Amino acid sequence: MRFFEYESRAVVARAGIPVTRHGFAKTADEARRVAEEIGGPVVVKSQVLSGGRMKAGGVQFADSPEEAARHTERILDLEIGGHMPRGVLVDSRAAVAREYYAGVVWDGTRKRPVLLFSDMGGIDIEQVAADHPDHVARMHFSTRVPFQDWQAKQLVASLGVTGTALNRLTPIVARLARLFLEYDMTLAEINPLGELEDGSFVALDAHMDMENEARSRQRALLHELGVGDEETRQAREATPFELAGEQVDAQDHRGVAGNVTEFDGDLGLVIGAGGGSLTLFDAVRAHGGRPANYCEIGGNPSVLKACGLAKLVLTKPGVDKIAVMMSIVSNTRVDIVARGVVKACLELGFDPAEKIAIFRIPGAWEEEGFKILERYGVQYADRSVSLNEAARRAVARVQGGVA
Amino acid sequence: MSILIDADTTFIVQGITGREAVNLTRECLDYGAGARIVGGVTPGRLGRDVHGVPVFDTVAQAVDHHGGPIDGSVVTVPPAFCKDAVLEALENGIGLVVVVTERIPRRDVAEMVEVAEQRGARIIGPNCLGIIVPDVIKMGGIGGPARDAAKAYRPGPVGVISRSGGMTTEMSSTLSAAGLGQSTAVSIGGDAIIGSTYAELMPLFEADPETRAIVIYTEPGGRMEAQLAAWVAENHSRLPIVAFMAGRFMDEMPGMSFGHAGTIVEGREDTAAEKIARLTAAGIQVAERIEDIPTLIQERL
Amino acid sequence: MPGTFIDIVIDSTAGADPELARKLTEVCPVDIFRAGEHGLELVAEHLDECVLCQLCINAAPAGAVRIVKLYSGETLPA
Repeated sequence: MRFFEYESRAVVARAGIPVTRHGFAKTADEARRVAEEIGGPVVVKSQVLSGGRMKAGGVQFADSPEEAARHTERILDLEIGGHMPRGVLVDSRAAVAREYYAGVVWDGTRKRPVLLFSDMGGIDIEQVAADHPDHVARMHFSTRVPFQDWQAKQLVASLGVTGTALNRLTPIVARLARLFLEYDMTLAEINPLGELEDGSFVALDAHMDMENEARSRQRALLHELGVGDEETRQAREATPFELAGEQVDAQDHRGVAGNVTEFDGDLGLVIGAGGGSLTLFDAVRAHGGRPANYCEIGGNPSVLKACGLAKLVLTKPGVDKIAVMMSIVSNTRVDIVARGVVKACLELGFDPAEKIAIFRIPGAWEEEGFKILERYGVQYADRSVSLNEAARRAVARVQGGVA
Repeated sequence: MSILIDADTTFIVQGITGREAVNLTRECLDYGAGARIVGGVTPGRLGRDVHGVPVFDTVAQAVDHHGGPIDGSVVTVPPAFCKDAVLEALENGIGLVVVVTERIPRRDVAEMVEVAEQRGARIIGPNCLGIIVPDVIKMGGIGGPARDAAKAYRPGPVGVISRSGGMTTEMSSTLSAAGLGQSTAVSIGGDAIIGSTYAELMPLFEADPETRAIVIYTEPGGRMEAQLAAWVAENHSRLPIVAFMAGRFMDEMPGMSFGHAGTIVEGREDTAAEKIARLTAAGIQVAERIEDIPTLIQERL
Repeated sequence: MPGTFIDIVIDSTAGADPELARKLTEVCPVDIFRAGEHGLELVAEHLDECVLCQLCINAAPAGAVRIVKLYSGETLPA
């Protein structure tokens, strides 16, 4: 779950890392007041969950509160990467002498957090690592043993930083490492970490990403930041169709029939299991099919849920037929899913034989499931038909050919 | 032969009284020679039994009752209690922990793994279906009820490693239908951090004389495939590897999560295209379709 | 009213037994049975959720509860 910059700043400040004077504003008037309080020149930054703010014109410099207000008005109307800003951050313009980078991410192969530090801040760290590898220092650290200041010192000093700068950077970098674990972040980054002309250090910008799975145990922090439980903070906002999918899944606690993502094709997909869904979505596209959606069934959902999902997909504008396909199931039952999708067709007044392009779910209770499909004349396949071939047949039927 | 488990493996089920765990226990008892499930643990349920398996409050009680070390544990407790359950197993001398639970925060997984490393133990998962040695034993829900598992899995020369539990069965079934059985199939889990990666299981398969080829199922997200490619390049493995990559469409949708928790394109290196290139460069054949896998394996045996 | 796929037929004398009503309500994993004013009642909208576990058949006297698969005409117990 991604945080807006103003939230990330609050997280950093909470951990005891100095930040520049700043304020969050939702209107031009508010921005003017914040700029007045700060006094002097400010930067107005769009608060949007998308990169490329600078390029898109979402970051503007202002010498007076009036100018800050004018910039804010424009920025609030500016869409960046498909997102509208939630507000602006008005930040004092500090006299920066030098920019550093400090960040923490997980290393999935070492299975530990890795702390990164660079004396070339202000630019994309991946770029620095590629072009100037000797300017990036890395250190894996334990999740069991509390992170110590000397570890940060050793990392920073390894790039040749010494003197006052080393002593001031050490606690900042150590606090960043500790907050990463304490708040279940998957990314905690200060970039740039600025050394000001007076020799002090401040976080000039921060990026934080929290693990979704940890949201329930980080409720205190999220509450303090004003993040609502309903905010998913995905890479793009959920569409009404996707929200309806979540409602279907929330109908009861049995199994999963959700994780719906909207696409604009004509073939509705009622597909399942995590890996099976990925495989099938690829296969449909490889055969020239145009999926109307992505979704996942698993964990043996109720007939009600399978029916709800199928109805949602069947009634999506532009959807001609649905393909009901899963990799071999061992927990989810073939007959239960068959009942659900057939029922969806019937309740909508459709002929299941016509609307279901193909049903390919082999596995648990398949004999019973196939009896249901036969009764309604639905084309079905067992495990001798591959996922790929099932997808091909579904695409052929939607495109009017003979399957 | 097999890796990780065999007919003599003893294990417990932590969280045994849960709905899914009750089914899993039945399935494992019924499959092959019948798993030696020597106990179950659910705090507060001491004295009960699940399909004849005695239930204890603690792992220590189970070890006591068994009268000696227990080889493994299948952990199926809710996410908030999972780390504690795994640490309890490890501290009580269990060497192989299969973590079925999904939605465990990474910090917890990293902690479990760190302790396991210190204890010389191994974790499979989380968010996995476990391990199966065809016709001999299964540890976890992999393949489902014994009757269904027997339909998909056959003994033979292919080691299977998969980030998707369901696809472990789909691929094994395809291999079995073509007359290629499996030595051991391992569902390693779909999370961003897992106890055992492809590269970490390879030496075990390498040491198993019965295994003569490897099939892996993989997805975008993470660097596990790069790690495997590096391992292959460094170790001159005798085992030919065929990989299947799902989720190619995700390359066009960075930042969006599909399928498993660990399946998200976050950087250049974890796209499907990049992984396919890396695997291919290491001499690993990437199959376009699952039905092509048996032929590709046969060509390399 | 039967479901689309499943109907359950209860012998009328068995249906009047409050003890059986309680038992069936307890064993059914998908809440098809309900103890109503006039004895055992079926929850029509749950009929299609029947997982064919036959726990209700086993809990009732022989022949008192039958499950009809409307899609195949088969009846449980066979």
